[in-house]
Amino acid sequence: MKNTPFTSKHIALGAKMAEFAGYNMPISYTGINDEHTAVRRNAGVFDVSHMGEFVLKGENALDLIQRLTSNDASKLSAGKIQYSCLTNENGGIVDDLLVYCIEENREYMLVVNASNIEKDWNWIMKHNNKAVIMENVSDRTGLLAIQGPNAAKILQPLTDMDILNLKYYTFAKGKFAGVDKVLISATGYTGAGGVEIYFEDLPFGSQDNNMASDKIWDAVFKIGASQGLKPAGLGARDTLRLEMGFSLYGNDIDDTTSPLEAGLGWITKFTKDFTAKTILEKQKSEGVKRKLAGFEMIDRGIPRHGYEIKDHSGVKIGYVTSGTQSPSLGKAIGMGYVEVKNSLLDSEIFISVRDKLLKAKVVKLPFS
Amino acid sequence: MSFPPNLKYTRDHEWILLEGNTATIGITDFAQGELGDIVFVDVESVGKDLEGGSVFGSLEAVKTVSDLYLPVSGTIIELNSALADSPGAINKDPYGEGWIIKMTVKNTSDIDQLLNAAAYQSLVS
Repeated sequence: MKNTPFTSKHIALGAKMAEFAGYNMPISYTGINDEHTAVRRNAGVFDVSHMGEFVLKGENALDLIQRLTSNDASKLSAGKIQYSCLTNENGGIVDDLLVYCIEENREYMLVVNASNIEKDWNWIMKHNNKAVIMENVSDRTGLLAIQGPNAAKILQPLTDMDILNLKYYTFAKGKFAGVDKVLISATGYTGAGGVEIYFEDLPFGSQDNNMASDKIWDAVFKIGASQGLKPAGLGARDTLRLEMGFSLYGNDIDDTTSPLEAGLGWITKFTKDFTAKTILEKQKSEGVKRKLAGFEMIDRGIPRHGYEIKDHSGVKIGYVTSGTQSPSLGKAIGMGYVEVKNSLLDSEIFISVRDKLLKAKVVKLPFS
Repeated sequence: MSFPPNLKYTRDHEWILLEGNTATIGITDFAQGELGDIVFVDVESVGKDLEGGSVFGSLEAVKTVSDLYLPVSGTIIELNSALADSPGAINKDPYGEGWIIKMTVKNTSDIDQLLNAAAYQSLVS
């Protein structure tokens, strides 16, 4: 199992640890609900250094990205970010990712899911026939997501970059907490606002008392201590993202689901060519057969990944991809694929929870 | 983590308080810590005669669902109705307000087979 540069700090804080995508990661520190609430109302710090980062450089970098991703990266100028999908030949999703434009037409950073680093790397390499310079910097790029309505305000004194006024899906690069070349973006996976902080460190696992990760973590918690800033784990990250209806790769989207089925039509641009464009265009014109829908429970019970979804007569119409008790809303919520006719708002569906069929209804996302 | 000496324990991390032939059952402090925030208690077996070891309900935590096993044979006579609105009582006070069911025990001698506090403590430490 691999460590991030912060693993020993999580253990020292008494976090409940578990393996995620091959990394020893904190699931929770004081409790998922507690951390969830801290992020929604104030601010919390997630170590997400397990995420993958690839740097693509050269005159054909944009061309490669355009051919492999569903969104239109030609719209990006330096300092802008885009949410996108790598699609496979069948119109499924290899991964969902963020594309950072470092220098227009010349240099981009792709941020991919930890569980897909190797798969994505091989996929992109396989299609790199125009000598784009590719660098996998995942194992020396630290990443803290500092999320919540007060996150930017708490961190602002640590840098000259104007992070308070950083626009959504843009980034700045500069000195932060005494560390050079730190990239701060107004992005995140919680819907709570805040920033994500990328920095170059010594390779993960190095023993050195001059790690950038130590400087940043210590500065962030020193300044945040009096302002209620809390460490938050992957458990709260999951409940926060699910309340927003954000897809989790491996749960809600995977190699077999199309971006159109997953409600990601807004990042699927047919104005350019990309892998499986024709298949997806056909899917769009004919209409998808199933759709990822959000639902809330009417009967008491909690939906979980893999549970079957049925209609009122007990016929299977789909399956649950994510579910939890929403800490902010105080009700059980979930997402799942259902046949299109069952995906309309207020449709009554039934979740097969062990031996019972529990009533639920389709609602719009984000959950409210 | 606490292990009250007046209780008996199971390997499934439940505790039992026997008074006469009535047993009160909950989950241990260790178990609640492992599960994390408990958000829903699902027990629909009140009034049923069940064998020891059978599943009588489940606990839903934020991340996981976990079955509840009846420690000994008997009849479930009461579910802690306060848990419907505050399942978190199991986290806050697992041996007190977080009790889950009361049951009439068929053979009170079955209770003797369960673990005492010291044996349970060594099991989880």
